Amino acid sequence: MDKSNKSGAEALIHSLHLEDVELMFGYPGGAALHIYDAIFNQDKVEHILVRHEQGAVHAADGYARATGKPGVALVTSGPGATNAITGLATAYMDSTPIVVISGQVKSNLIGTDSFQETDMIGVSRPIVKHSFLVQKAEDIPQIVKKAFHIATTGRPGPVVIDVPKDFTDPGYKFEFHYPSEVNMRSYQPPKAGDTSRIKEAVDLIEAAKKPVIYSGGGVIQDDASNELIALAKQLNFPVTNTLMGLGAFPGSDPQFMGMLGMHGTYQANMAMHNADLIIAVGARFDDRITNDPKQFSLGAKKIHIDVDPASVSKIIHADIPIVGSAKECLSALLQELNSRDLKLNESEISAWNQQISDWRDAHGLNHSLLELGPQNGKILPQQVVQSLYKETNGQAFITSDVGQHQMFAAQYYHFDKPRQWINSGGLGTMGFGLPSAMGVQLGYPDSTVACVTGEGSIQMCIQELSTCLQYGLPIKIINLNNAALGMVKQWQDMQYGGRHSSSTYENSLPDFVALTESYGHVGIKVTQFEDLESSMKECISLKDRLVFLDVDVDPNEHVYPMLEAGNAMDHMWLGKEEKTWK
Amino acid sequence: MKRVIALLMENQPGALSRVVGLFSQRGYNIETLVVAPTTDPTLSRLTMSTEGDENVVEQITKQLDKLIDVVMVTNLSGSEFVERELMLIKFKSDSFPRNTFEESNIVSKNDEITNVQVVGTSSELDKLITEIEGNNPVEIVRSGSLGISSDKTSLSTEN
Repeated sequence: MDKSNKSGAEALIHSLHLEDVELMFGYPGGAALHIYDAIFNQDKVEHILVRHEQGAVHAADGYARATGKPGVALVTSGPGATNAITGLATAYMDSTPIVVISGQVKSNLIGTDSFQETDMIGVSRPIVKHSFLVQKAEDIPQIVKKAFHIATTGRPGPVVIDVPKDFTDPGYKFEFHYPSEVNMRSYQPPKAGDTSRIKEAVDLIEAAKKPVIYSGGGVIQDDASNELIALAKQLNFPVTNTLMGLGAFPGSDPQFMGMLGMHGTYQANMAMHNADLIIAVGARFDDRITNDPKQFSLGAKKIHIDVDPASVSKIIHADIPIVGSAKECLSALLQELNSRDLKLNESEISAWNQQISDWRDAHGLNHSLLELGPQNGKILPQQVVQSLYKETNGQAFITSDVGQHQMFAAQYYHFDKPRQWINSGGLGTMGFGLPSAMGVQLGYPDSTVACVTGEGSIQMCIQELSTCLQYGLPIKIINLNNAALGMVKQWQDMQYGGRHSSSTYENSLPDFVALTESYGHVGIKVTQFEDLESSMKECISLKDRLVFLDVDVDPNEHVYPMLEAGNAMDHMWLGKEEKTWK
Repeated sequence: MKRVIALLMENQPGALSRVVGLFSQRGYNIETLVVAPTTDPTLSRLTMSTEGDENVVEQITKQLDKLIDVVMVTNLSGSEFVERELMLIKFKSDSFPRNTFEESNIVSKNDEITNVQVVGTSSELDKLITEIEGNNPVEIVRSGSLGISSDKTSLSTEN
């Protein structure tokens, strides 16, 4: 089966099949045509034709994030390759396992400025985990094997395979052999953590009086949610998740403090600031979390578990660094907890949990906004997210774009399961929502997939509405339409004296309902609060159709809490006039 | 403070650009950089010197180690080590400072031009450059630092 004569293009596609790739996203072009012909001649790997290469990479990324399996995109050389760059950078920042195959001009033309030539290896270098330029057709199987190994192990990330057209020529065949394993002297991702440090970590846990578990995307990537929950439950420690980590700990669990950071909840940020122990798992203390690192949680010892040694002590010094996979390290930690006659400071921890509960009561998010009805005659964007949550019973996959709507979705939809919340956290890529939802929907054809977006973001990849029709993808697009680039406008309100420089459209927005209908889908417009819940119900109930729910929301609403720039985590704006400091 | 980092990487196209690119990408500065294949032709050894505190060097070595083409990295300046640099200097023969150099330093000589070579630590070479300033050297070329640890450890895939 594995040993037969194949062309480079056939070898490439068959190698993907042997890596259990069931579908890939792409867009054909000259340098990739041999590969496309090989796709036509087989039925193992399905190809989804997108409308723009950025969409292909985001779709592969969304598929990977939702299913845990590597996503694959195929693009041609030149503009095909450069259009894939934003998608690669998005996957790189959020450490998602994808493999992007780019056609390249014939090897003898490389460097001659030939038609549709771009140095893809060079252009993508800083935003890939690794990349390969194929040097001869026979190398293709082992390069594919290595690419998937690198993309999916250690700290996952995108890998590029750049394939000159002559190495996929159907006129040249060679004996196909797929390697059974990868052996790379220069790449050995860490597995279990240092057990001596795990003992020290448990010593700190026993000493803690104001502990916080702070977990990020690494827990989701490593399928370590069960271990995280077990740890938190056993210790009764409060938990916060980063934007990338939402769903790793059940969002509706009382022990969950909500998201932390820039737009994190009051109680999560206060707990981080006042903690005496932070257990960081698969999170990287980035600037949207720490605010000013010099004023970050000065009284806390930090245990930092991460698979990437370079993330540990990069921004915040780790008292106990534990390098290893989240799953393995958390298991080892649990084992150590269970092997001891554990003595926790139970009364202090109980008082700490009470303090957090008091903070929540004082300034926590109001999750019953729907009951308030319209505000000044307008629908609040948060109410739309709550209505979506209600109508989907909290069970939908939610993708999002970037801006206020993303934060409202993160704050108000309680994600109870890992991989349920798909967003571009690191790069902040507008245009990610719809194509990533295609990947999620193809991974889970029977599930409800909603893309919470805004009228700005959705227009960045709106061409994929056509792809959704071709493949029958019944995505629910929930457009929080505030007729402005909301987050930009919010910053302009708060920091630029309300000067809305290029953040509004001067009545140039399309009629989204008509636009959606012209693509063959269903569009529903909501302008009145009274229609919100019934329209949401209708939208979600149309199981087999893509529905674009265009909701006019209060254009003046801001996202709060919001950390004050350049300060500690307890400095938060809680409203337009309300802040936590004097 | 000056730091010297040495690494072994796969001797293949693109590997060097990943290493060099990392420095600009992460905002680190490269003072000197030397690359050559090792006795194992599949590996290149790269030595670089950079300025930075302990935390910066730790980040640099960790980030370098993450690169798939990098086989191993060491911070030579983390323990005792020897650092040497080669310098070639071109003088007009009539202003060649005879007393500063040994005959063995001279690598080419004619009526017009005298070229010398000097090996030393980077700071020795810095000092020498100030000394010969008055002789108006025509051209000075420095190789960048090479380094090797003073103890029995070695950067090798063998051990």
